[in-house]
Amino acid sequence: MPLKRNNILASVRAAVCASALVVLAGCAPSSGELVVYSARVEALIKPILDRYTAETGTKVSFVTDDAGPLIERLNAEGANTPADILLTVDAGELWFAAERGLLQPVESPVLSANIPQNLRDPGNRWFGFSLRARTIAYSTARVDPAALGTYADLADPKWRGKLCLRTSKQIYNQSLVAMLIAEFGETRTEEIVRGWVANLATDVFSSDVKLLEAIAAGQCDVGLVNTYYYGRIVRDQPDFPVKLFWADQSGSGVHVNVSGAGVTTHARHSAEARKFLEWLSGPEAQGMFAKSNLEFPVSPAVAADPIVASWGPFKQNPINIAKAGELQADAVRLMDRAGYR
Amino acid sequence: MSAVAAHSPAGSRWFKDRHATGAVALAFALALPAVVPLLVIAGSLFQLDTEVWAHLSRYVLPEVALNTVKLLAGVAVLTGIIGTALAWLTAVCNFPGRRFFDWALLLPLSIPGYVLAFVAVGFLDYSGPLQSAMRAAGLATKWLPAIRSSNGWGVIVVLSLALYPYVYLLARSAFMSQGRRVLEAAQTLGLTARAAAWRVALPMARPWIAAGISLVAMETLADFGTVSVFNYNTFTKAIYSAWFGMFSVSAALELAAFLMLFVLAALWLERRSRSRVRYGGGRSGAYAERRIELQGKARWLAFAAASLVFLLAFLLPFLQLLIWAIKHAASDLDVRYFGFAVRSLLLAGSAAAVILAASVVLAYVTRVQSGPWTNLFARLGTLGYAVPGTVLAVGIFVPMAWFNNELQGWLIAAFGDGAPRVYLQGSLVTVLVAYMARFLAVGFGPVDSSLQRITRNIDEAAISLGVTGVAMLKRVHLPLLRTGIATGAVLVFVDVMKEMPITLITRPFGWDTLAVRVFEMTTEGEWERAALPAVVIVLAGLVPIALLTRRGTHVA
Repeated sequence: MPLKRNNILASVRAAVCASALVVLAGCAPSSGELVVYSARVEALIKPILDRYTAETGTKVSFVTDDAGPLIERLNAEGANTPADILLTVDAGELWFAAERGLLQPVESPVLSANIPQNLRDPGNRWFGFSLRARTIAYSTARVDPAALGTYADLADPKWRGKLCLRTSKQIYNQSLVAMLIAEFGETRTEEIVRGWVANLATDVFSSDVKLLEAIAAGQCDVGLVNTYYYGRIVRDQPDFPVKLFWADQSGSGVHVNVSGAGVTTHARHSAEARKFLEWLSGPEAQGMFAKSNLEFPVSPAVAADPIVASWGPFKQNPINIAKAGELQADAVRLMDRAGYR
Repeated sequence: MSAVAAHSPAGSRWFKDRHATGAVALAFALALPAVVPLLVIAGSLFQLDTEVWAHLSRYVLPEVALNTVKLLAGVAVLTGIIGTALAWLTAVCNFPGRRFFDWALLLPLSIPGYVLAFVAVGFLDYSGPLQSAMRAAGLATKWLPAIRSSNGWGVIVVLSLALYPYVYLLARSAFMSQGRRVLEAAQTLGLTARAAAWRVALPMARPWIAAGISLVAMETLADFGTVSVFNYNTFTKAIYSAWFGMFSVSAALELAAFLMLFVLAALWLERRSRSRVRYGGGRSGAYAERRIELQGKARWLAFAAASLVFLLAFLLPFLQLLIWAIKHAASDLDVRYFGFAVRSLLLAGSAAAVILAASVVLAYVTRVQSGPWTNLFARLGTLGYAVPGTVLAVGIFVPMAWFNNELQGWLIAAFGDGAPRVYLQGSLVTVLVAYMARFLAVGFGPVDSSLQRITRNIDEAAISLGVTGVAMLKRVHLPLLRTGIATGAVLVFVDVMKEMPITLITRPFGWDTLAVRVFEMTTEGEWERAALPAVVIVLAGLVPIALLTRRGTHVA
């Protein structure tokens, strides 16, 4: 009897889906597939997902968008969301999704072993899978690296008219300033940011790439960038007249962020999702994930791309990156107050 | 419109009463996709996020309000001048190259504003090829105005070059359909040719020009992509910052609500200034009779003006895109592009069909049943064009997902755990409904403007011949509306091709389009690689534009 009922239901389901596909084309991916909502662009995730499918036979479908809309989407879909995994390019976004109850804790010895503690949620609701470092870039023609030091030093008047910054509307700068607040407190951080603004050589940029090109062209001497943007340029132009400087090495270290992921609260395939995350933290995926965008693997056991490795080792700031999310709103307000556009 | 309705013939009274409720319901249904997110936005005003709001009003609002007004005024004036002047030249006058410019000046329509922006900044900025070459040649570049300057001149010019075709296209229709005969009549009454243009032709084209500038103004207010490239902080930027930066959805919605008040005030002013004017019909088909032959210097001035706009708004940026596209084609161009293009065309084509059908019905309903309710819904239904894309996208997605969950709950209650799973919010219907919420204004504007010029005399004549209601729409109005419908369809088509936030959030799994490709590249800062999908968008947009202009020469 129950078997018959299931058969009927299955055929109803098939019929509804078939007609809906024609009229609506809107059936969620069928069961047995893993579904990823990704703020990391297709070019940087598809090869890895394809590899996973090839190795495990688990199909993975995904949809890309900015993290903000993806989080609203998860929230609106509630218990009926087709998504099993949320993948973003910033820890602050993961923190926000977790705050809103959209991610579930995943207790996994594999993840705990592979991913350093400061690069995952203290509540295990999300994990970093590649490391992004935001540090100082300088002109090899006009700057002696001995003159460089910390993020705070860039507020020194000796850099007046020589600093380039990307817009404060960009999340990487919001995370950086949030981490400065975590370290120095609001008052000192606001002084630093005001100093930066006073030192600007030109209006803020809308991309790190344009900023690096401006340093090369001589519009300014120093700036703050994510290293993989620099990596992409030097991969094509090895004699690009800009170099990276690891900030704050005698202090607390380089500001890092992650591209990371968590399992959604209402995931229909949470066991599969957990397996996928564990695979992502493993040596093979770590190599691919980080190398695809010249980022750093989070797993210390895995080597980075030769271009990335050539920049040398650096000390990273050990504060848990969840702070970047917690303090992000404060950072945005602080930058507004300081006139950092 | 109300002027026309006030004089509606007594013969249609019966029709009016019988159908009044139906008309209001119809207008409401068509406006619903835009009304729902607008209600969500308006609702936010009742639960102010006071903490964030205090911060915004002190540090953010003064700058963004001023910037928004500057941008709006600058772009409205510039597009008004460029669009109207060029339309006059190509539709009424004759000068060297006129036949070419007639359609070529529409081409910038297919280049998204954010693409034009990154090309302009890429080329003209300090590190761009122009200034680099000048410095290499030992020339000073300090005196050059900075394209990204915070005073906003760069973004105003770029946005105007991207948006003027809306005004051009609509003004061109107006000048074409009102005909040379009107000018001749004015001149026989003693006006000089110039005075006839200023005092007769221009005022007669006003509904079109106003409709074009309204579209431009709404698109400007909703713009995020272009201002982002320039880091020019407008209301839209503040909304995104409150939402994604400060994680305050309610503050973001409140800012959106203020933006809407802005729009309503502007629309009300425009409407009021126009309601005192009533439009008679021009004899259509008369434009081709004899053009004003420009003489001497004027010929070449006209040529130079048209060339300059064409060069800056289309040819140079297109060439730059082409160079970048070719550079990356070897690594990026693959068979999947066929799918991207097909999906873009499918979405744009079906959206154009749905939205134009809705526009004709809505325009017609407000004409036959002009009243406070139908007019209100027509107004609200077209407001979606001024709502920043992501806000509207989420504003539509959330109620759709809610409805889907209710439906799912009902199915599970009926069938138990094995119930079929529905996923309405990821369906093509949702995509189209969302496009309608966004682009109804774009279809409605041209259709409504054409309809306004069909006089009550025509209606009366039709009624006296026993043709009323739907028959009148089909047999009398639709043929006269053809230009308006074709214009609206092209605008919607091209707009959908360029649209990002709604497509991103509502597209079914696997439905990546060309615009989604552009997003994928620009979001990683790889502007040059975004050129390839951008070029395909431009090329795909050329087809309907060419069709429209060919049509324009045969039908008026």
